[in-house]
Amino acid sequence: MQENLLNALRGSGWLPLLSVSLGRNRTDLRSALVGCTGIFGAEFRRFSLERSKPGKFEEFYGLLQHVHKIPNVDVLVGYTDIHGDLLPINNDDNYHKAVSTANPLLRIFIQRKEDADYSAFGTDTMTRKKNVLSNVLRPDNHKKKPHIVISMPQDFRPVSSIIDVDILPETHRRVRLYKYGTDKPLGFYIRDGSSVRVTAHGLEKVPGIFISRLVPGGLAQSTGLLAVNDEVLEVNGIEVSGKSLDQVTDMMIANSRNLIITVRPANQRNNVVRNSRTSGSSGQSTESSLPSSTPNILGSLLQGEEESDEEDIIIEDSGEPQQIPKAAPTSESIESLSQIELLHESTQNGFLPSSELNLNHSAGSISMEYEVPEPGRKSLEEEGTIITL
Amino acid sequence: MRRFLRPGHDPVRERLKRDLFQFNKTVEHGFPHQPSALGYSPFLRLMAIGTRSGAIKLYGAPGVEFMGLHEENNTVMQIHFIPDQCQLVTLLDDNSLHLWSLKQHGGASELREEHRFTLKGPPGSPPSATQVTAVLPHSSREVLYLGTESGSIFVLELPSFRVLEDRTISPEAVLQRISEDNCNRRSCELVEALREHPKNPDQILIGYSRGLIVLWDLQNNKSFVWLSFQQLENLYWQRDGSKFISCHYDGSYTQWPVSSDNRQPEPLENTVPYGPFPCKAISKIYWQTTKNGLPYIIFQGGMPRASYGDRHSISVIHGSQQTAFDFTSRVIDFFIIFSSDPAAEFDDPSALVVLAEEELVVIDLKSAGWPAVHPPYLASLHCSAITCSHHVSNIPLKLWERIISAGSKQNIHYSSMPWPIDGGTNIAPDPPQRDLLLTGHEDGTVRFWDASGVCLHLLYKLSTVRVFLTDADPNDNMNTLGEDEWPPLRKVGTFDPYSDDPRLGIQKIYLCKYSGYLAVAGTAGQVLVMELNDEDAEHVVDHAEADLLQDQEGYRWKGHEKLKTRDGPVRFEAGFQPFVLVQCQPPAVVTSLALHSEWKLVAFGTSHGFGLFDHQQKRLVFVKCTLHPSDQLALEGPLSRVKSLKKSLRQSFRRIRRSRVSSRKRRGVTEGGQIRSCWCKGEVDALQEMELAPVQRKIEARSAEDSFTGFVRTLYFADTFLRDSSRHCPSLWAGTNGGTVYAFCLRVPPAERRMDEPVRAEQAKEIQLMHRAPVVGILVLDGRSTPLPEPLEVAHDLSKSPDMQGSHQLLVVSEEQFKVFTLPKVSSKLKLKLTALEGCRVRKVTVANFGSCKTDDYSENDLAVLTNLGDIQIISLPFLKLQIRYPCIRKEDVSGIASCVFTKYGQGFYLISPSEFERFSLSTKWLVEPRCIVEMPEVTSNNHVHNKSGTENAARKSSFFSSSLLERKSGRLMEHALLNDESE
Repeated sequence: MQENLLNALRGSGWLPLLSVSLGRNRTDLRSALVGCTGIFGAEFRRFSLERSKPGKFEEFYGLLQHVHKIPNVDVLVGYTDIHGDLLPINNDDNYHKAVSTANPLLRIFIQRKEDADYSAFGTDTMTRKKNVLSNVLRPDNHKKKPHIVISMPQDFRPVSSIIDVDILPETHRRVRLYKYGTDKPLGFYIRDGSSVRVTAHGLEKVPGIFISRLVPGGLAQSTGLLAVNDEVLEVNGIEVSGKSLDQVTDMMIANSRNLIITVRPANQRNNVVRNSRTSGSSGQSTESSLPSSTPNILGSLLQGEEESDEEDIIIEDSGEPQQIPKAAPTSESIESLSQIELLHESTQNGFLPSSELNLNHSAGSISMEYEVPEPGRKSLEEEGTIITL
Repeated sequence: MRRFLRPGHDPVRERLKRDLFQFNKTVEHGFPHQPSALGYSPFLRLMAIGTRSGAIKLYGAPGVEFMGLHEENNTVMQIHFIPDQCQLVTLLDDNSLHLWSLKQHGGASELREEHRFTLKGPPGSPPSATQVTAVLPHSSREVLYLGTESGSIFVLELPSFRVLEDRTISPEAVLQRISEDNCNRRSCELVEALREHPKNPDQILIGYSRGLIVLWDLQNNKSFVWLSFQQLENLYWQRDGSKFISCHYDGSYTQWPVSSDNRQPEPLENTVPYGPFPCKAISKIYWQTTKNGLPYIIFQGGMPRASYGDRHSISVIHGSQQTAFDFTSRVIDFFIIFSSDPAAEFDDPSALVVLAEEELVVIDLKSAGWPAVHPPYLASLHCSAITCSHHVSNIPLKLWERIISAGSKQNIHYSSMPWPIDGGTNIAPDPPQRDLLLTGHEDGTVRFWDASGVCLHLLYKLSTVRVFLTDADPNDNMNTLGEDEWPPLRKVGTFDPYSDDPRLGIQKIYLCKYSGYLAVAGTAGQVLVMELNDEDAEHVVDHAEADLLQDQEGYRWKGHEKLKTRDGPVRFEAGFQPFVLVQCQPPAVVTSLALHSEWKLVAFGTSHGFGLFDHQQKRLVFVKCTLHPSDQLALEGPLSRVKSLKKSLRQSFRRIRRSRVSSRKRRGVTEGGQIRSCWCKGEVDALQEMELAPVQRKIEARSAEDSFTGFVRTLYFADTFLRDSSRHCPSLWAGTNGGTVYAFCLRVPPAERRMDEPVRAEQAKEIQLMHRAPVVGILVLDGRSTPLPEPLEVAHDLSKSPDMQGSHQLLVVSEEQFKVFTLPKVSSKLKLKLTALEGCRVRKVTVANFGSCKTDDYSENDLAVLTNLGDIQIISLPFLKLQIRYPCIRKEDVSGIASCVFTKYGQGFYLISPSEFERFSLSTKWLVEPRCIVEMPEVTSNNHVHNKSGTENAARKSSFFSSSLLERKSGRLMEHALLNDESE
């Protein structure tokens, strides 16, 4: 029945909408929503809009308030895009985008502004949480402290982030590029080169992989977190030393949907000098407990791993494209499955403690990083040469 | 609690892995790349071949082979066996001498380097003083004579390699003994030949390059001198020592008498066999006596310089018979097999063995017409360049016999002589099963090789050329020479690296071993389905066209045209005979092929799409275009810019070759090796130039707009649950370069109505892998997680029928990941990421069955994977756990990696040169490697004793056989006991 209706609507140029309004608890909802019976504190509305004439955001906002019978309640409006991400609707542009990309149904989520869960928005939210509803609707599962709102991050989609700042030496930077869902190319090139490391045998020149070019307008350049001549140390937690340029290229492309690159920036001046090792207790913990800090790193990486778990698309009987669900493990194979997951963990585990980390620890409070300009690249490299004491 | 154990540390599994997996490179098949030297021991009846990379390979009876590698990797210049010993001496181009010996170790013989030596002159002497040019192992087995560039002959004690300085024959000493008019210091420079007198070991014949020939008596330092006015090339004794023969730079040879008196002898006969016009040098000559009195004179070269100077020939003259065997590649060396019995009065040569640069040719000198002998090993795999290979394990005896019988009809022009090089004894157990290796070639042929054992032996050759009209003139037969042709050239050997039309090249092969159906697909989009027929037949090949661009418009194909077909019936010889031809349109190279002999369907794919053909009803079932509308590159032709340059180079060389061929018709010239090498060089240069751009790599996610995403990489037939879990149906799966998997539901009418109802197909699923990496393998696992059996395997009772009760799983292997999905509802179950974690990509993947070497009743199926880094990984099924990893091929060896083919039982082959397959094994159980023994024959020589030793050999052989078995596991012993029971 429903399918037929949807198909009919699609044919007619009307966009069906499924709107869900959410509250953080039932009492709030009762006050805001009339006649709510949902046990999870959600109310569903199904209505339609003319696809060719979506109108303005203001009008739509009013329509939603009307449909849910919540006039004068400030709400955050969000929708799930084709990749399953929960994205905000707060202006005409993203409203039109939402309407134009909806296929066949536009799923709208409404939250009261004051108890909105900002973390629900953004890239990969749907895939990470498996089902955004289950997360948003079951606030009890959500034991996290409420996020401190600095700006309005829900208004934006993340394109990059610096991660694991607390566990990396300050000369390194771990950058995460969110290719997922954007049309922008990653837009960078890598090359072979050589860098100088401190080893047991003194200073040694070792081959390394460097960023050689940024494509103007590409994701890498627009983030400002990567620069030409930055040395690539790790790709998604795996050290690149000993790997050929082609191997590193293949690894980056294979991880391109959720690329985490650890670099030693050529320009070390912008680094925040953290006094972790002299005073801070966090420094203490990193130093004293390298083994125990590993799960930390792992945690963030595993999350990355999980989030990168891109979903393949299946088209059944030449029908609708849809994401391939993860098979529920059957009772007989559950053990083996969990072993596979463990395998992933342990391989990463094995890769993680990087030599640089070890170096820093063994050097005690003095950390030295050398970068020696490569002949023929003087002007660029010299700028980045720095010794941090 | 077990789930918290670190995987890979399950001790039980670790032990089992040791019983299942083991990596060995076992044997090199084919013809050694760049051979440079040849040696033969009439005593051991073993032949030795040295190569430019410093390898030496010994061959005897089929299955008897040894290999050694010089540390230096220098070219092997000469090989000499020590008379009546299991030892040989090699001379490398760095002037070092190496002594090798065959020693028994652990029940089998092994070739080992014993000693090395470099001749050193007195301080300050020029390097030429000690540059060795000729080596003579003396029959006393105690010394080695070394002729040098300076003219000195050094004597080395064996086996210590100590220079016996007092016995050095210096040019001065020789000059003292010769008469004044010849007395010229320069006449004693450069020793070309050293020959021991056949009857008197104290006399050696020394030939200097400028024509001086000296018979030197070692006992009393007496000498006899002959002088030729022509530059000397080589010498050979007549068997009784009364005469010798010399050959010269001007293409002449001369017979000289040996008499005891001391006057200057005159030549008995001086001939320029291909005169009167200037001729090329005769570089080596044999004089062989026979019972009937007419000698055989066999020599290399001597062709008229102007018109046949570029021929590689060996001439045999016997009375009025004379033939110049004409080789397509340079002659490295040759030897004659003759009666080695020193008591025999005559040589009675039986065979001429010629090592050419690209092949080994053996001529039977005893049979009329001097036919060639079919070598059991050293096959020239590259007689036309190998374009693809396909391995089929465990061939049913019936099919095996039919292929052999088809092949034997092709080999009637070969001599029936048993293989003359028959030294040593093969003590390896008989191959466990009959395996076929099929190689596709550039010239449109498919060669069927017996790959069961150590000797890769050609069984049958199939040509697809006859189906098509090609530019090649069918009458262009180089053997059609008139009766009065002079010189009497006769082309021998099979090496012919040129294809008349590169479109004929074979790209994919699929053989069904149960039905004898063979599908072969080629460069110009041609797909042929063949059937084995034991008789010659003449019939029309049904012809169909598959337009893979059906619903796309506005495209223009800029690649080659499709092949023209022959109208009317075509005559086919016994063997595989084509009955259906499907031509893809556009005629792009066929990139994937699958045949289902039970459903009588063949599926094929190109860079544009794929199609399914019903070869029973001879009807195209459907085609599917996989091309992305923006993919112009794939449309215009199969070749990227790099390749098109390669192609244009190739074409220009083909043009050169054409002109040469036409001139050959006039003059009859073949110039095989040289054009080939310059072609290669040109190509390499061009490619190197392109590499000069700064090396940087673009990092970009794959997208749907990338080029060649529609390229069909793999096709797979499966009877599985595609639509719902209650009914299974035949299905066809296709995987593309862009990470898309298409699944089609097929409706094949039951056998009784097979001809009446059409086969129907309907697309059921399309899976787009988000990482978009090329799909290189698709596999369905049954309810027991076992891969589905091959078509007809169950019908022939060779496999358990698949489990249709439990739920099936789909394994999709992309270059980057392995993924298992449930069926019929496609949900992802588990995956193994390869590239994201290791930076390597899957190049080849096959399911292989690994048996335990400990117990006969355990075996399991795993994936054997070759990566672009040349590593081999074994990955378990169905849980996708990495079991073990072996480095196998250098990652720079792109053609080696591309040529790799796995067998069903954990062995594999890859090309180490254009002409050689390396065989490797991943299994502890299935291991084919040479195991042989060479024993010193008794030195006494008469037939009676020889026979006796033959039976002793057999007895010894069996005892070795059993002792070697004892060393192995009891399970194997049982197996062989059973085999023996059966054979008795």
